[in-house]
Amino acid sequence: MTFQLFIQQLINGISLGTLYGLIAIGYTMVYGILRLINFAHADVMMMSTYFAFFGISMFALPWWVAAIIAMILTALLGIMIDQGAYRPLRRAPRISALITAIGVSFLLENLGLVIFGSRPKAFFRPEIFRPVWQFGKIHVLSLSVYTIFITLILLVFVYIIIYRARIGMAMRAVSRDMQTVPLMGIDVNRVIAFTFGMGSALAAAGGILWAMKYPQIEPLMGIFPGLKAFVAAVLGGIGNVFGAVIGGFILGITEILLVAFFPELSGYRDAFAFLLLILVLLFRPTGIMGEELPE
Amino acid sequence: MTPKTRDRWLTYLSVLALLGILLLAQEYADEYQVRILNMVAIYITLAVSYNLINGVTGQFSLEPNAFVALGAYTASLLTLTASEKEMSFIIDPCIWPLSVISIPFLPAVIIGGLIAAFFGFLMGFPVFRVRGDYLAIVTLGFGEVIRVVANNLQSVTNGPLGLKGIAPYTNLWWSWGLALITLFVINRLVKSSYGRALKAIRQNELAAESMGINAFRHKLLAFTLSAFFEGMAGALLAHLITTISPMLFTFFLTFNLLIIITIGGLGSITGSVLAAIAFAWGSELLRAVEEPMNILGLLTIPGIPGMRMVIFSIILIVVMLFARQGFMGRREFTWQWLFDRMHIKESGL
Repeated sequence: MTFQLFIQQLINGISLGTLYGLIAIGYTMVYGILRLINFAHADVMMMSTYFAFFGISMFALPWWVAAIIAMILTALLGIMIDQGAYRPLRRAPRISALITAIGVSFLLENLGLVIFGSRPKAFFRPEIFRPVWQFGKIHVLSLSVYTIFITLILLVFVYIIIYRARIGMAMRAVSRDMQTVPLMGIDVNRVIAFTFGMGSALAAAGGILWAMKYPQIEPLMGIFPGLKAFVAAVLGGIGNVFGAVIGGFILGITEILLVAFFPELSGYRDAFAFLLLILVLLFRPTGIMGEELPE
Repeated sequence: MTPKTRDRWLTYLSVLALLGILLLAQEYADEYQVRILNMVAIYITLAVSYNLINGVTGQFSLEPNAFVALGAYTASLLTLTASEKEMSFIIDPCIWPLSVISIPFLPAVIIGGLIAAFFGFLMGFPVFRVRGDYLAIVTLGFGEVIRVVANNLQSVTNGPLGLKGIAPYTNLWWSWGLALITLFVINRLVKSSYGRALKAIRQNELAAESMGINAFRHKLLAFTLSAFFEGMAGALLAHLITTISPMLFTFFLTFNLLIIITIGGLGSITGSVLAAIAFAWGSELLRAVEEPMNILGLLTIPGIPGMRMVIFSIILIVVMLFARQGFMGRREFTWQWLFDRMHIKESGL
């Protein structure tokens, strides 16, 4: 493999990794606060691509307007799922919430199959994302580069919200100690709802970019990106937002390079993430950037 | 007669009655009804063994599709004749020892179970180092890995094409025989000191360990045993439907079992049995919503394919939100309970 090819694959890997990272933030924030693996997160992402799809094809919106509206609708969907399905179970054993999350995930997938049909739909790739840029011998789809920039901009927003805004301070406080926070006059439920909304909106951004990258969507498309994003969240240290992004990078880059170096293993690509997960949990269960969590 | 011997005789009698019903079904029921009865038995086997690890031991895991797949593939590869294998494996020929082996059904089923148990045992080592939600996601990953391997290992599993022409050996005696053996073994296990240790681990692992219970070994035992029965159930399933492919062993299968054991009540064997029956029967009844309905020849409502899974998902969520204990909670059926109920009725009259 030439150096140029390596760089080209590296850019593809980073671009895939940013998508995993965007989705992983939602997992890691919810887990940090509720200690719940939100299985439905991947399917929320899938719904966002359909929102954008219908915005573009039925209402003839410009793609970026459709994307922003889809992000808002997805955030509302995330909040609705939390308030409807998870909120009644806040005091129940954690397993109950987990089973409910699996139920919500299946509900969304199967509603998707019933309403949208199982046949994949072609997704619109905007004009500016179409050209293939050439630097010397390196060929890169402009979307891959834009994806990295869009993600970086979103991450700046995430940083500002979590570390500079009052709601972010409340979020960090809730993830530290959910019992004490209400005593300080903070509405925990509002904080949790905001967390779901923010995580879902980021997943929507990731999902729409994903749909433009592999330009088709179908109701079960969320499963694998979702599982891998969760692996990325664990890899980076669950509960840690920037760990999730770094975990996403690592997963995306290794996955792409693995396929590039060993093309004969490409069929096993989807299994690779889980092997990585098992290894991480065995040797460093708290992930790369995670802190020790009390049981 | 002490209550204990009375209960034992009642159990024998009800097993005999069940066998009688099966005999009648064998004679008089049509093919479709026999198939449902077979599915009921396989679901009972799967649900009861899945409940052993999820309900009784309290280790929430999501891997039965992996063990069912292992059992199904192993047994099918062993019973298929050499010429059938040569015909099916069109892309890559079947690897050597498997390509010529062809053994009878019973040893194939048992080997299927043993292979699943072996993988369960191996998997238990990394899996039980983590707890709670992590356990769920790691076991889910294990199921996906097995499926991905089945999809790619052309020369063993025939890849996405799957295996065809598996002999339909499974009949009511096989399926219900396995269900009864599973019920007997797991019931005895749960009532033994091992079972009490498993429940102690569910209630409080730390406390159980401090009482001298080796939690890891007990979890591994429960996991391996449930893998063994799930593998054998998978073998029977393959010889019932006669065609298997990796698509059959997705997370959907695990999800169905999860619905069964949560509706029945996590930790209750009786609950799992009742819910397995209700599920197998109910999913046949619900077929109606997926087919066009015709009311009095005037109005035709088009069927909605996929609606069954929507309904099941809603049922699962509703059960979790409003009736977390399921049918049975952690209670079990006993003859004494039945007598008490009847007694109350008599005195009420």
